[in-house]
Amino acid sequence: MSSTLTLNGAAEHAHDAHHDDGSKTTYGFWIYLMSDCLIFSVLFATYAVLADSTAGGPDGRALFELPFVFVETLLLLASSYTFGLAMLAQPAGRGRVLGWLAVTFLLGAGFIGMEIYEFGEVIGHAGPQGFSAFLSAYLTLVGTHGVHVTCGLIWLLVTMHQISRFGLNGVTRRRLACLSLFWHFLDLIWIGVFTFVYLRGVL
Amino acid sequence: MAHPSPTGHGHGAQAAHAAHGSVRSYTTGLLLSLLLTVLSFGAVASGRLPGRLALAAIVILAVAQLLVQLGFFLHLGRSADARENTAVFICTALLILIIVAGSLWVMHNANLNMMPTSMSADQARTRN
Repeated sequence: MSSTLTLNGAAEHAHDAHHDDGSKTTYGFWIYLMSDCLIFSVLFATYAVLADSTAGGPDGRALFELPFVFVETLLLLASSYTFGLAMLAQPAGRGRVLGWLAVTFLLGAGFIGMEIYEFGEVIGHAGPQGFSAFLSAYLTLVGTHGVHVTCGLIWLLVTMHQISRFGLNGVTRRRLACLSLFWHFLDLIWIGVFTFVYLRGVL
Repeated sequence: MAHPSPTGHGHGAQAAHAAHGSVRSYTTGLLLSLLLTVLSFGAVASGRLPGRLALAAIVILAVAQLLVQLGFFLHLGRSADARENTAVFICTALLILIIVAGSLWVMHNANLNMMPTSMSADQARTRN
């Protein structure tokens, strides 16, 4: 056990020696997520204010493909569930955990792929003349969420590598717990995007 | 402390999060989320509901969905180890309410009081 810990670096080892059971770390990470939530709320407010400022360009009704976004939503929702299964698989050993994390990664990558395609369609459809405050606010809000998911995907790869290399120990479990909060949180933000950007946009 | 940790170490880290929930609770959360997503999608895509009613429906469904995911995926609630997270969340929700509702209110007022482009400066002055 101690040899596994040494592999994780002296800093982590010293950190663990302070009887940190990980709950403080996840609590601190939760506070970070709440501050991230404030960033998103400001972007949501900006979008809500500028939603009608299309300056003669195409609006949400002309640009959004609701069934396409619906599939994106289902992918992200399913990835949240598979991450939950990865967390629950911890007693069963690293193989099951890595399996569910890989499924989560594929679903998340599918979501990002669809989003990039959608951005291309929207920008192409609007054209250089169709750009407006509405479109800027839309791309900023949804793009910020997309950047978060992309960071989550990279973090997921790093965590999978660490688990396969070092196994499930105190450090990797704690990191996995933080990442799971992050991932579920992004799903939560997407509910807001789906409802207040896409559904409201085509109403 | 649901599972004895084979390493003995990192037991707490696991308990901090993974002790919550079960396959059953995650599956319930997923099914409820799916149902709410399909309902809100249907409310808009079917086009049967008049605009304001559809808007009210999707807002209520989004709030319900939020509560479902907070409870089943993020394990917020009144249990002793979730209480701190829940308190921070409620505090943040209050801040968000102030920021979003405040911005919309102020900007709506600004829009209302702004001079329409079809109106000249003199007309606007005599209107008041």
